[in-house]
Amino acid sequence: MRTVTRGSRAAACGVLLVTLLAGALARAQTDPSGSWSPRFDEDATERIPGGEIGEYLGFPLNAAGLARADAWDAALMELPENQCRAHGSDYGWRGPSLLRIWTEVDRATQKVIAYHTHLSAYGAEQTIWMDGRPHPPDYAPHTWAGFSTGEWDGDMLVITTTHLKENWLGLNGLPRSDQATARVHLMRHGNYLTVAVIIYDPVYFSEPFIRTIDFVYNPQQQMAPWPCESVDEVDRPPGVVPHHLPGTNPFLNEYPAKYGIPPQATRDGALTMYPEYLLKLKTLPTLPRPPKKPAP
Amino acid sequence: MTPRLQIPTRGPWLAGLLWGALSLVCAAAPAPPPHDYSKDEVHVLPVQGNVYMLVGAGGNITVQAGEDGVLLVDTGVAPMSAKVLAAIRGISDRPIRYIVNTHLHADHTGGNETIARAGMTIAGGNVVGDIGASASNQAGVIAFQTVLDRMSAPVTGAERATPQGSWPTETYTTPERKIFFNGEGIELIHVPEAHTDGDTIVFFRRSDVISTGDIFVTTSYPIVDLSHGGNIQGVIAGLNKIIDLAIPAELQEGGTMVIPGHGRLCDVADVVFYQEMVTIIRDRVQDLINKHMTLEQVKAAKPTLDYDPRYGSDTGFWTTDKFVEAVYKSLSATH
Repeated sequence: MRTVTRGSRAAACGVLLVTLLAGALARAQTDPSGSWSPRFDEDATERIPGGEIGEYLGFPLNAAGLARADAWDAALMELPENQCRAHGSDYGWRGPSLLRIWTEVDRATQKVIAYHTHLSAYGAEQTIWMDGRPHPPDYAPHTWAGFSTGEWDGDMLVITTTHLKENWLGLNGLPRSDQATARVHLMRHGNYLTVAVIIYDPVYFSEPFIRTIDFVYNPQQQMAPWPCESVDEVDRPPGVVPHHLPGTNPFLNEYPAKYGIPPQATRDGALTMYPEYLLKLKTLPTLPRPPKKPAP
Repeated sequence: MTPRLQIPTRGPWLAGLLWGALSLVCAAAPAPPPHDYSKDEVHVLPVQGNVYMLVGAGGNITVQAGEDGVLLVDTGVAPMSAKVLAAIRGISDRPIRYIVNTHLHADHTGGNETIARAGMTIAGGNVVGDIGASASNQAGVIAFQTVLDRMSAPVTGAERATPQGSWPTETYTTPERKIFFNGEGIELIHVPEAHTDGDTIVFFRRSDVISTGDIFVTTSYPIVDLSHGGNIQGVIAGLNKIIDLAIPAELQEGGTMVIPGHGRLCDVADVVFYQEMVTIIRDRVQDLINKHMTLEQVKAAKPTLDYDPRYGSDTGFWTTDKFVEAVYKSLSATH
């Protein structure tokens, strides 16, 4: 007959406690793996057709950022070297992309080494290292995806991305520099996934820029490939870079006129991120609305 | 709140090195602030194929290594030569055969003398028979002709002489020179009147790597050394040439890798961003010149406003003002 001692009881309790705690920790880390489809709500017009030229509201653009965006010419995207250029991993979530997330697991320890993401737009992929490895030195290459590490904050996966290439944050030339750092928060609530992206850009933003994107779990999702091959769309002399000279972009006032928004509101950068800006908005003059086009 | 992640930059450090390097060759330049090289480290970054990038010795150094030996593109500043040699020995124990200089500045040629003497060029037959073993007792130093012309020019004013041991031992005057080394074709391509009048881009065809010299840097606006024959139009032509040579992989990323004169390892997409920036600024300054604006008026118009937080500087050797002035003078001369 076995004798149960006080010591062995304490050890058993300890094992039970550790097991319960480990279970609690495991539950806290909500696995984001799977196939996810984007949800479009009030941000649909900005995400699918893309922002209009001069539509800078809600972006903390500083003077340099405004000047860079004003100079942007859509013809820049016709250049062969820009046609297949992928979105940055900080912006890719925003596109009308299907999303797949999967884990890379160390066979011996069964620990998650990395999460991988694949977006249908451009077939862009990102690796989020979970094994504690450091970010590369400053002389290492920058990429569209950047270098990402993740850590759990409760049930939220917090991703820090450095080494991003320069890119745009909208198809209207909103700039984001290669000096930016992105912090992405993945929050899974059952069959919904919320992705909160915070971008810190010392070059073009006067404040951190935050926005969220929602996805719904969709195991029936079909991910299409994204082959891309550059071609000469327009015959231009080599080395030509389409852009608008300062003060000459003729399209900047189309957006505020179309929606009855004061033009100044497109220039006020970070102020336009806050609710109290509505008070100032009411005091600003608007442009006359363009005449409606006759029905075809 | 999670603290913001800070990425260290090399801006001030590089500015100091550039100041020191250019002061060695530019007349009437003020004395550079002393830089303590004893604490600096040389870092090795494998690029692809046979090619490595050495960082931390002034200008970036490219190393191509194989059975035939070692070929270097540039040699960094003189005080870092021992550390550069140690880094090379960590890659290969084969002889250093060739050094290619992308231009004359001392942050790219300062180590020529020490590093060439540690090497051994490929020579034999009549050459050694005629002039003795000294024909092969150091690595060959190859550059465009004007590099030798300027390094060996008589000392004038406050200009400091370049040590004779640093001079190129072989020069070329054609648009291109070709070498086959370590099983790889290597193209030395001269870009006229760009960063200086003696610039060479080096293209490693099998490794698929381009070493650009200071025609392309990631740390500042392009440095246009007007006093040594530089011109912004040549810089743009050089950037266009790099883009023309390079072939990106999927999604315009990777493929041909690009080692800049200063800054991080790049691919052609990074060069495209830089080329777009320089071209746009060139176009703006040209537009202001066409409106008959003076240099001061052009500076006041801030044609670099949107790029200043990334590439500009109000202090150090290469300020934004000096860059705008160099663009203005380049275009005025062209005009």
